Amino acid sequence: MMKTLKLPEMITEEKLKDLYKQMWTIRYFDEKVDQFFAKGLIHGTTHLCVGQEASAAGSIAVIGTKDKIVSTHRGHGHCIAKEGDVNKMMAELFGRVTGYCKGKGGSMHIADVEKGNLGANGIVGGGLPLAVGAALTSKMKKENYVVLCFFGDGASNEGSFHESVNLASIWDLPVVFICENNQYGMSGSVKEMTNIENIADRADAYGIPGKVVDGLDMVEIMNTVDEAVQRARNGFGPSLIEMKTYRWKGHSKSDAKKYRTREEENEWRAKDGIKRFKEFLKSEGVLNEEEAKQLQDAALAEIEEAVRFAENSPEPSIDSLLEDLYA
Amino acid sequence: MATREITYLEAVREAMSQEMRQNEDVFILGEDIGVYGGAFGVTRGMIEEFGPERVRNTPISEAAIAGAAIGAALTGMRPILELQFSDFITIAMDQMVNQAAKTRYMFGGKGKVPMVLRTPAGSGTGAAAQHSQSLEAWMAHIPGLKVVQPSTAYDVKGLLKAAMDDDNPVIFYEHKLLYKTSAEVPEEPYSIEIGKADIKREGTDVTVVATAIMVHKALEAAAQLEKEGISVEVIDPRTIVPLDKETIIDSVKKTGRLIVVHEAVRRGGIGGEIASMVAESEAFDYLDAPIKRLGGKEVPIPYNPNLEKAAIPQVPDILAAVRETVKYK
Ligand SMILES: Cc1ncc(C[n+]2csc(CCOP(=O)(O)OP(=O)(O)O)c2C)c(N)n1
Ligand SMILES: [Mg+2]
Repeated sequence: MMKTLKLPEMITEEKLKDLYKQMWTIRYFDEKVDQFFAKGLIHGTTHLCVGQEASAAGSIAVIGTKDKIVSTHRGHGHCIAKEGDVNKMMAELFGRVTGYCKGKGGSMHIADVEKGNLGANGIVGGGLPLAVGAALTSKMKKENYVVLCFFGDGASNEGSFHESVNLASIWDLPVVFICENNQYGMSGSVKEMTNIENIADRADAYGIPGKVVDGLDMVEIMNTVDEAVQRARNGFGPSLIEMKTYRWKGHSKSDAKKYRTREEENEWRAKDGIKRFKEFLKSEGVLNEEEAKQLQDAALAEIEEAVRFAENSPEPSIDSLLEDLYA
Repeated sequence: MATREITYLEAVREAMSQEMRQNEDVFILGEDIGVYGGAFGVTRGMIEEFGPERVRNTPISEAAIAGAAIGAALTGMRPILELQFSDFITIAMDQMVNQAAKTRYMFGGKGKVPMVLRTPAGSGTGAAAQHSQSLEAWMAHIPGLKVVQPSTAYDVKGLLKAAMDDDNPVIFYEHKLLYKTSAEVPEEPYSIEIGKADIKREGTDVTVVATAIMVHKALEAAAQLEKEGISVEVIDPRTIVPLDKETIIDSVKKTGRLIVVHEAVRRGGIGGEIASMVAESEAFDYLDAPIKRLGGKEVPIPYNPNLEKAAIPQVPDILAAVRETVKYK
């Protein structure tokens, strides 16, 4: 039985275990993709969210199937958390016809519209206005869903960020803007690229609540996002939540990481969000070491199965080149 | 002039560095161009040499950095803006199209905007729909902008020098897949006139006008066709605004046949402009066959490598087009 901590009501013990496994699914997925890229088995580029599992898993844990998300180029974790199918994801990275985009999109364009994932995005800041529009639909059609809009610290310097937050604010739209501040864009550090302490401070400029959370703390993430989601669902408009986190890997493939130190990387790695969540679950009596191991192994098995699925899937036919342009 | 073999990428860097050493007004700004060295490594080592004042690493703010370059140019600097991928011109476009291109004319001939927007374009890297486009025809449509598209390491160095010396906004397209190609390049700075085409291969039966990476595909096709007894002239316009009409017209008068090849989507591409220009010229009387245009299919660039290749003209497409064209007598 859970001991003390207050958590959003949909977060049952069962859900907590699922989330623990989900975090491993996200990590193993991206670790696997990293290996394939290194071996040249996947072409193009990819952006891995290893180290950032908590912001994806914790945020999306508190919304329902009908709610929507808008993701980013670093979007594998968001997709998995929004009930994504790792087989289809892996197949997409392999460019196979069984992939989410029939092999036409690749890592940066994975979308699962049926599940409410309006897509990763290759354009930094490209998703923010879309999230505003999706929230507008919810309001105009009285569908009562909420949109979680993910974006990076770097994206918060695009005009689209400022225009979108303002628009959502004046129209009281049900969006939660979630800035995954992993301290860097491609190489530009948030310290050099902004002159403020917190990106959440920008909320003031648009008259909405702004909160900073520890992006590696699942409990704080779930509680803070839940509060913002309820506020949005009840018609009180958007919020901006900044999650302080860190990407363990380089920005994309071939990144010598000259813009940061190995010491800094090690400090953040030591704060591992998955390990921390496990300790929490153990201390709350939700999980013991053995169960934790089982969940972790099950996550790995899923990813290995996804690789098999992708490898055994056919390539798209050349005829499909001209398909799917217009509705 | 002493030459040595260097890559297209090194030639871009060398042109900028040489210019920055001798002109204090020239500086470069862009995303991740500092210690990271730029997304493709073009500016690697430059911040170490010139420092962060002249190699300005910017936030991810394309509209602001394009506009800042224009404003700085208007007031006495000579900025080089590195736009990380040419697809992001969409975000910088208002500043380039509504400000940079028009300022001088709108002001009645006052002020000038001496800036270069350098940007990598093209497909072939698996980067998919939003990182693989060839949008140069958009830029070519805007009076007030110059548009340059070099295909070799030699051309890129000379054209970049000319672009930096130009008192107008120049959009300078670098092709991602050409960065690693190399050629003999002079060590000293030199300039290639903007608006001067280069005949990359002389021939008598068909004129193939090709841009950027298509120059190389056209040359490959021409070498094969020679074995079939077909003599192909390959013209690289090098700059599409201004366009060297004369060289193209003269060639068509000689061969009587014209094929235009570019990677950009065929519809609305620069090929249409070149074809009409020739049809309207005195070369019309010399045409023995309909003009052909080869260009990208009318779809976004797909991710799967086979689809990606199929989306743009390849050597066999050029071979087929030439063979068909020479059938007309
Ligand atoms: C409009 C635009 N500008 C630049 C890029 C190139 N780019 C891709 S990701 C990235 C860094 C984004 O940083 P951030 O928003 O913090 O997200 P993170 O990568 O850290 O998750 C850059 C510069 C892009 N894809 N789109
Ligand atoms: Mg970031």
